[in-house]
Amino acid sequence: MSTPTAVQNETSMRRSHDERRLPWYHLVFTGLAGLVVAIAGLAILDAFSIAAAIVVGFLLHLLFGWSYSLLREGPRWATERLMTLLVIGAFAVAMFPLTSLLWEVASRGMTRVLAAKPDPFAFWTSDMSGIIGGADAGGVFHAAVGTLLITLWASIISIPIGLFTAIFLVEYADQGWKKTLGTGVTFLVDVMTGIPSIVAGLFGLSLFITLMPDDSVRMGIMGAVALSLLMIPTVVRNSEEMLRLVPMDLREAAYALGVPKWLTIVKVVLRTAIAGLSTGITLAIARVIGETAPLLLTVGMVTSVNWNMFDGRMATLPTFINQQYRAGSANCMSDTVTNPISQEVYACSIATNIDRAWAAAFTLIVIVMVLNIIARLISHYFSPKLSR
Amino acid sequence: MAAPQPINIEDLDIYYSDFLAVEGVDVQIRPRSVTALIGPSGCGKSTFLRTLNRMHEVIPGAYAKGRVEINGEDIYDQKVDPVNVRRRVGMVFQKANPFPTMSIRDNVLAGVKLNNRRISRSASEELMERALKGANLWNEVKDRLDKPGMGLSGGQQQRLCIARTIAVQPDVVLMDEPCSALDPISTLAIEDLIHELKQEYTIVIVTHNMQQASRVSDRTGFFNIAGTGQPGHLIEVDDTDTIFTNPTNKQTEDYISGRFG
Repeated sequence: MSTPTAVQNETSMRRSHDERRLPWYHLVFTGLAGLVVAIAGLAILDAFSIAAAIVVGFLLHLLFGWSYSLLREGPRWATERLMTLLVIGAFAVAMFPLTSLLWEVASRGMTRVLAAKPDPFAFWTSDMSGIIGGADAGGVFHAAVGTLLITLWASIISIPIGLFTAIFLVEYADQGWKKTLGTGVTFLVDVMTGIPSIVAGLFGLSLFITLMPDDSVRMGIMGAVALSLLMIPTVVRNSEEMLRLVPMDLREAAYALGVPKWLTIVKVVLRTAIAGLSTGITLAIARVIGETAPLLLTVGMVTSVNWNMFDGRMATLPTFINQQYRAGSANCMSDTVTNPISQEVYACSIATNIDRAWAAAFTLIVIVMVLNIIARLISHYFSPKLSR
Repeated sequence: MAAPQPINIEDLDIYYSDFLAVEGVDVQIRPRSVTALIGPSGCGKSTFLRTLNRMHEVIPGAYAKGRVEINGEDIYDQKVDPVNVRRRVGMVFQKANPFPTMSIRDNVLAGVKLNNRRISRSASEELMERALKGANLWNEVKDRLDKPGMGLSGGQQQRLCIARTIAVQPDVVLMDEPCSALDPISTLAIEDLIHELKQEYTIVIVTHNMQQASRVSDRTGFFNIAGTGQPGHLIEVDDTDTIFTNPTNKQTEDYISGRFG
């Protein structure tokens, strides 16, 4: 009995292995050949640059890899090779700007953060009060606090409104006047998605100027209201998609157990969709956390920490980046600058403003990344478990 | 507990918006027995079944007119809350639908947990064990009660749904083609279970499988439809033996003998 089985296994193994198939490293050889030819060709034409060599080299790689494979492996494998290379190429093109951006911001920002004086990470724990001219000091604590507070309040306003709107659209707008209302709401939400952020800022500004006696009023909450205008449509759209993904079966199963509709929504629909909802809400937060224009209009800029959302201007990271970048290179007369009031002495650095802008951008990216990690953890621990 | 009463259905018309789907059902369903509903697709069996626990009106625009009397109370009375009806009349669906976020234990206790009812730990353990034993699932899952309900096989999931239904302690259990997605072995397990369940519950089962109807039911009702766009009618209800051997109505005989459908 054992002999025929062994023979059968051997033949099936042999059949699954195509002798004409080349090992993967042949692709590396054709790639290197493409690169060498590209460099040589560009050098002869006197048009050499690294970017051009990579692009031309990749195109030659497509040609070499395909024709080599056509000769050695046959047309089917050649097509497969070509398509694999095209897919990898498309992936590389998509990844290039992303990694390059992250690298640039992280390396430049990290340098400034680590080089902060008097102690490492002082950039994250100090603010800009008393910092003048090209002083190589100061930090983003005030701006980070402002960004976090304003985004938190924008979320406090937007998430309930957005989530309840989505629940209405999915669970209640099914017939009669509710359906008509639902169609109208959906249309308005779509229109709101396209509102330019500066318009949202103007709305926040004019709303509070109308309500308050003072035309020059500036408060953190104004910025939060302006941002929530941008955030609500995203929350509604994302949550609606997620709630619609919950199978009707599950709602019926709950109803059939004598569970009222509202409890079904809270304990079955929202619970089942929570992974998607948390991702959607994080995306909405990420969309507004980097907004500059509405915050420039409504909360302005200050140099020290303001914890009060209802009184006075606040600093935020995007506006801080904008301000520092526009300040440009510092004008250093000597090696040090002295604050005329406190008499404190700082080292003078020409690049200090630009460096602060990079470090603030890096800080903003870190905040967004931390939010994303939190959303990932929520998804991971609450998503439906299908494994045995 | 009072002596079980039959379900009396009088002149029931069932609509989807303007469309009359099932017309003029008059029938009495005997307590603590199995009533099977058979008939061609689209004739309104499932629609009728879903009116018995007011699940029909979950669909937008759907409603029913007439009387459905369960335990002497008309469930379509103005004063009656459909949520209370569904606590007394449980339902098992065609496709097993355990809650994907819940463990096996929580799935069985879903009726308690989702309703925010507080019960002691010992009482809930006892309820769960009784329901799982009642659904012939206890021995298969007792070692993995905290594993997800979705991890069970199709037949086990369907029995989990039955356990979940009987854990609410209803008087009536409705089953909408409970075996149509299952293999013969799992089907047999569920049919055996139906035989046991009828000692305690009134069971109404919709099935496309006439052999199944003849195997599990005491009474059988035949639904038919004159044509597309016409309302379905309950043609005949009788003892299962009579329906399958000597039906009164010509349509029933044609359907049973396979001349159509």
